Amino acid sequence: MAALDASEIGGVAEAPSRRRGMGPVFWLAVGWIAFIILIAILANLLPLADPSKMTLLARRAGPSAAHLLGTDSLGRDVLSRLVFGARSSLAVGLLAPLLGTLAGGALGLLAGYFGGRIELIIIGLTDVLLAFPPLVLALAVVAYLGPSIVNLILVLGILTVPAVTRVARAATLAVRERDFVTAARALGASHRRILLREILPIVMLPLSAFFLVLVAVIIVAEGILSFLGLGVPPPAPTWGSMIAEGRDNLDVAPHIAFFPSIAMFLTVLAFNLVGDTLRAVTDPKRGTS
Amino acid sequence: MSGAALLEVEDLTVELPTERGPLRAVAGVSLSLAAGRTLGIVGESGSGKTMLSRAVLRLLPHAARVTGRVRFEGRDLYAISREALRRLRGRELAVVFQDPMTSLNPVLTIGSQIAEALREHLGLAQAAAFARAVELLAEVGIPEPERRARQFPHQMSGGMRQRVAIAIALSCEPKLLIADEPTTALDVTVQAQILDLLAREQSKRHMALILITHDLGVVAGRTDEVAVMYAGGIVERAPTRALFKSMRCPYTQALMAAIPKLHAPPHTPLAAIGGSPPDPTRPPSGCPFNPRCRYAQERCRCEPAALTPPDASGHQYACWFPVGDPAAAEG
Repeated sequence: MAALDASEIGGVAEAPSRRRGMGPVFWLAVGWIAFIILIAILANLLPLADPSKMTLLARRAGPSAAHLLGTDSLGRDVLSRLVFGARSSLAVGLLAPLLGTLAGGALGLLAGYFGGRIELIIIGLTDVLLAFPPLVLALAVVAYLGPSIVNLILVLGILTVPAVTRVARAATLAVRERDFVTAARALGASHRRILLREILPIVMLPLSAFFLVLVAVIIVAEGILSFLGLGVPPPAPTWGSMIAEGRDNLDVAPHIAFFPSIAMFLTVLAFNLVGDTLRAVTDPKRGTS
Repeated sequence: MSGAALLEVEDLTVELPTERGPLRAVAGVSLSLAAGRTLGIVGESGSGKTMLSRAVLRLLPHAARVTGRVRFEGRDLYAISREALRRLRGRELAVVFQDPMTSLNPVLTIGSQIAEALREHLGLAQAAAFARAVELLAEVGIPEPERRARQFPHQMSGGMRQRVAIAIALSCEPKLLIADEPTTALDVTVQAQILDLLAREQSKRHMALILITHDLGVVAGRTDEVAVMYAGGIVERAPTRALFKSMRCPYTQALMAAIPKLHAPPHTPLAAIGGSPPDPTRPPSGCPFNPRCRYAQERCRCEPAALTPPDASGHQYACWFPVGDPAAAEG
């Protein structure tokens, strides 16, 4: 017994599952996300051409020293538009899920923890929202309110609320009956304290993994809306609108649609990879002991 | 008995609605406990021990129907407001749960979990609460408390976690501690340490203790009084010494016989209690133990036996045909 105790006190073994599934691919994905976020933030400081400056003499030019990724059908620098496009794509892609996760997380926690009538109302409302085809709803709302980046974030954010609510509620239900919650109640913790201190830290794990997956979904959704002309209004570039503009020139200048597509593809893939890895790691079924 | 009762339970009944009808988890239990005393509650799985302890703390599921009265220092716990109850829990009444693997929050550090109650009830500031948490860890016998306080539950062994759970329960100096099978989930070698720790802290703090267990052996040397539960009711209750001198209920006797004996010859079959506890949604008529009792007679099958009034040694039992020699109990 003494030996056992000593070994336990001496050094606590690093949980092996922490590192499981986080190979080079995961770190490449994290690196790409960091890179995209960095260039989006520093876009103004980078030595780039003005993304709206048209050089009509050099329309649909292929990659060259002057325009590393070529120019689009109006002679605008594709690289520059790609970097500035990352701004709007990421702004929408991060802020909309953030909004949805905050609202949905709060609703899901309340529904899962209190149950009863509160749960019935919250789940009923999210069911109603889920019953609308999401893209059609987004189209309708953006068409009605007018395309702007704020409207886009609001609409896409609200659309993510039901899914987040469900994830948060399911996680809360699983935690609510655990002994340590009963123990907290037995020690006189208030509902607020139990929700914020005991349950939220645990529900945070699946929620943050889900958030990353949502980012990927929303970047695509923003692309689709921009492609349809209901995204961020021109001339501000977004990846979706760049693909839409490049569509007409696919035969003569495929690079115009190709580069933004690749950027979007890699970014969505990276968010999905990171989200899936984190979800697998935080999945209790795969945990140790 | 010394002084007025700290905890008084009067005819407490808990019914839980199930698909098969109401499940009577606790059936008319009365008991009282004076400050600083220890009561052992013994019974096999499903006998209602845990439900009784939860009912005392008003920690039952919302659907549970509770009748009877639970009085703590004269206050009816089922009549006071939720807020008043919340202030009482943890401050005056504390619990240690069975499984320290699940009763600690896996994502919070040990120190912050102990500090939680201190900040909530005693209004200590963060730094002061943390310092007190470290002291408490040292008091419950955890080496390097400063370092341990910054660790998470998964970095500790079961015995250590139970010590942490005890530290949390003791943090606000409660007057009554309910330990619900505190050693069942632990290694045998750690069991005695935890029980000793509980006994030591109890006498140091002059705290009343309810020790719930399925093991009569655990209760033997460590309690002032023992209540034996079966099918939600108390079937025998006596000062510990009197009980172990003479067990009057066949059920208590059978529980005792089920403890493996150290000096029995090898290959002695273990005496198990035949059959299983009654289905609590369909209790048998008469004495609930009658289908498994080898002394059962006609009267046991139709008429439930009530607890007898306490005899000279304070011994009470619910049995029509008590076993054992009453004379042995005196002396």
